[in-house]
Amino acid sequence: AGEVTRTHPGKSKYCLLPRVTFLFLLIVTLVFFGYTSLTLRSQKLESVLAGVSMPVRADHLQAVNVSRMVYLQPDLLLVSREDALVMTPWLAPIVWEGTFNIEILNEQFWLQNATIGLTVFAVEKYVEFLTLFLETAEAYFMVGHRIKYYVFTDQPDDVPLIKLRDGRQMVIIEIQSHARRMQVISNFSQERFLGEADYLVCMDVDMKFSDHVGVEILSSLFGTLHPGYYGVKRSNFPYERRPQSQAYIPEDEGDFYYTGTLFGGSVPEVHRLTKACHQAIMIDQASDIEAMWKDETYLNKYLLHHKPTKVLSPEYMWDKQLLLLPMVMQKVTSDDLIHQPARLEWCQRPQTAFLWLWPLSELQGA
Amino acid sequence: MAKLLWTLAGKPNGHLPRPLIFLLITLVLVLLGYGVLNPRSQMLGSLGASAAVREPDSLEGSTLSRMVYPQPKVLTPSRTDVLVLTPWLAPIVWEGTFNSDILNMQFRLQNTTVGLTVFAIKKYVVFLKLFLETAEKHFMAGHRVIYYVFTDRPDKVPHVALGPGRRLQVLRVRSYARWQDVSMRRMQMLSEAAEQRFLHEVDYLVCADVDMQFHDHVGVEILSSLFGTLHPGFYRHPREAFTYERRPQSQAHIPRDEGDFYYMGAFFGGSVPEVQRLTKACHQAMMADRAQGIEAVWHDESHLNKYLLYHKPTKVLSPEYMWDQQLLGWPSVLRKLRFVAVPKNHQEIRSPR
Repeated sequence: AGEVTRTHPGKSKYCLLPRVTFLFLLIVTLVFFGYTSLTLRSQKLESVLAGVSMPVRADHLQAVNVSRMVYLQPDLLLVSREDALVMTPWLAPIVWEGTFNIEILNEQFWLQNATIGLTVFAVEKYVEFLTLFLETAEAYFMVGHRIKYYVFTDQPDDVPLIKLRDGRQMVIIEIQSHARRMQVISNFSQERFLGEADYLVCMDVDMKFSDHVGVEILSSLFGTLHPGYYGVKRSNFPYERRPQSQAYIPEDEGDFYYTGTLFGGSVPEVHRLTKACHQAIMIDQASDIEAMWKDETYLNKYLLHHKPTKVLSPEYMWDKQLLLLPMVMQKVTSDDLIHQPARLEWCQRPQTAFLWLWPLSELQGA
Repeated sequence: MAKLLWTLAGKPNGHLPRPLIFLLITLVLVLLGYGVLNPRSQMLGSLGASAAVREPDSLEGSTLSRMVYPQPKVLTPSRTDVLVLTPWLAPIVWEGTFNSDILNMQFRLQNTTVGLTVFAIKKYVVFLKLFLETAEKHFMAGHRVIYYVFTDRPDKVPHVALGPGRRLQVLRVRSYARWQDVSMRRMQMLSEAAEQRFLHEVDYLVCADVDMQFHDHVGVEILSSLFGTLHPGFYRHPREAFTYERRPQSQAHIPRDEGDFYYMGAFFGGSVPEVQRLTKACHQAMMADRAQGIEAVWHDESHLNKYLLYHKPTKVLSPEYMWDQQLLGWPSVLRKLRFVAVPKNHQEIRSPR
């Protein structure tokens, strides 16, 4: 027969101590288990896009030896632009007309013998846009430098054979029509681009070049300001606002709203970006979340946590129809706009124009 | 507590068998130890072997980066009175152009180590104490720093208390009789040291004159591949008035129609490879001049200016980073005076012995 031991109230407190101590130890153990496991779980929830939060590697480019050049002396007591911010708070240039001397920059990049890869996706009916895209690129994009066009398409036979200038090549790569851009660029960065190009410029195809787009845009990692949002408060940026998504950005965070139509950088940095975005898209897909603006949403999350080393002004991604709308650009008169270079323009209007009709009160600084 | 545990273990009519109690105790202690030791080992790890005795208060480098700060305004310049970007798109660093929190995080995530070189030859050792003490307050706070003190009088190097993650190395070098030679030979000494030791010890080098003190924040905003600092006496002047070397026979010659800025020889730097290239090129140019029997008008500064004209720096520091309040006052264009000259008697301090 088992022995039943009972504690009697009359017993000395010496007997109660073991039980109290045991309970105390048990509680402490449980608390620690709970704490550590909770910490681990919350870490896993953090987004892939922010998780490995490494900053962009410093631009350890060799300062190249330029030759004698004659140009106007920079005036230290004169702003280059009175109407715009030309440098981000993390000291990345924001590239506007009037901020740079293209001769100096051209020489610096020639001396490095830089090759620039331009990636463009022309799938299904988007193949139509290739002719205008490539012809205008020949006229305006990085003229005088070594260029490789990487045309990703599901209809390789329909790619127009454009006459290319010296030092410029076109590579046609067949992909499936449902292939994902971020994944394709990420894979090719490792397999091919690394050996062939120093910089990558990733663009949408439904565009045409209408003014100079040159080496002033090149750096380790660059994004472009979306023309519809550069005057808008961050809480109104069309970031992903659902916390479950990998692309989630809270309303009190965000530097700029970058467009998905033009981004780039060094091959390693573009590889990192596209890989991270692709992984995030896949994770969201597994959770049945689809971001509203697709690649662009994930790009924005990535560039928030991996600050670009250059930012391109909306000159680099313009929409002429914005000219017709009232006061999205408060500080620029319509006269100025006529002289502003609109370097790249959309050929096709987006289906809905509601994006541009922000009430004045929502505008930054209003 | 231990006494209780032992009593518990030893009590014959305890409610639990002895081995189980021991197991519980061990388990709890293990968990306690894990919880306590883990964060500290992370912090020590981020400072490396040179961690000081004091608890590091460094910015945690490995946590995720949510940051809240005012939104940048695309249509509002950060400064309306000065140029903040060179024509080759290098930032010109002025107060108001940068957010230190963002920059600090970026550089801490890379576990950046900055080397600060300074030469204290002969009587110039007297400047070290103030230089180092003020550097402790204002230079790269929160980051790993190694001071490299080049001196011919190692015993005269003062003992200055250093914060965590910061250490000092004394490098013994020879002196020269002429102060011009003392100044110029720095290029040679820096280029040799860059190759031999800096490359393995630091990510960036900042090369400063010793007869200076830090008066306000000088941080990671200055760091890039190659940076020069605007000379306080010339930032308003046309290039024809810059005191470049004008004799074509000199390696440092710059014609009157060329020149971006006049940089000061007292504060320059960059990544170790870039500083090595610069100092080596300047030293070789000075030796070539010497062989021709010519010495540039402002010595190493003249050669520095020639180098930076043809190898554009990737950042330029405003005169906030190199000022002389006694000579130049405090104009409104300078919101901060960060690194300032210490008044000295030139004749006395530059004596040959």
